[in-house]
Amino acid sequence: MMPRKLTRSALAARKPAMQESSSSPLRSGRRAVRAAMVLVGGAVACSGCVSVNAPDKPIVIELNINIKQEVIYRLAADAGSTIDANPGIF
Amino acid sequence: MHTMFRHSLTQSHMLTGVAAIALAMVGAGTAQAQQRDPAYAAARASGQVGEKPDGYLGYVVPPSPAVRAMVEDINIKRKAAYAQRAAANNATVEEYALTSGCLAVSRTAPGEKYQSPDGVWRTRSDEPPVRDSRCPA
Repeated sequence: MMPRKLTRSALAARKPAMQESSSSPLRSGRRAVRAAMVLVGGAVACSGCVSVNAPDKPIVIELNINIKQEVIYRLAADAGSTIDANPGIF
Repeated sequence: MHTMFRHSLTQSHMLTGVAAIALAMVGAGTAQAQQRDPAYAAARASGQVGEKPDGYLGYVVPPSPAVRAMVEDINIKRKAAYAQRAAANNATVEEYALTSGCLAVSRTAPGEKYQSPDGVWRTRSDEPPVRDSRCPA
């Protein structure tokens, strides 16, 4: 087993944006404005939110009803000819 | 020689006729009787039995043993027909039966009985019958 470093040594951050505490007062002001806008935007968005509460009763989806209407329409013509073909039992 | 030929010809004709009659009898037995049995027709007309929305016959009034046996026989035959056609259409027997029930109720004649989806027996009038909302027009 060769000993390995997990990470390679990287160069120090040079770009101003990557450095902390060197931001000008102007820049931090912009940042504050932007943060405020995000907050206000969130508040406006939430006034239009629809709150959904989980029902206390279990949700029962009656698949039978929806499936069958479709199926009934599909089978109707065939069922009609079955009745016609068996007049003794209909 | 000539007469023999003619003789065999008439005989074969007769045989064909007999075979045809036999076939017709077998056909009437296997395929459902072509028309309603008189007892069934009478039970429908008198309102003893009626069409249910599920595709089977039902008893409007408590049935006599004879009526009960007749209805059970018809319903078994109906179920066999539904099962066969349902399989051919990739549907369940219940789905096919329900579809047939929609149509059978629609086809009741005025004066005959049918059951509305709420379970009430009604007498068919000239008006459209009360059917399941899923029934086709």
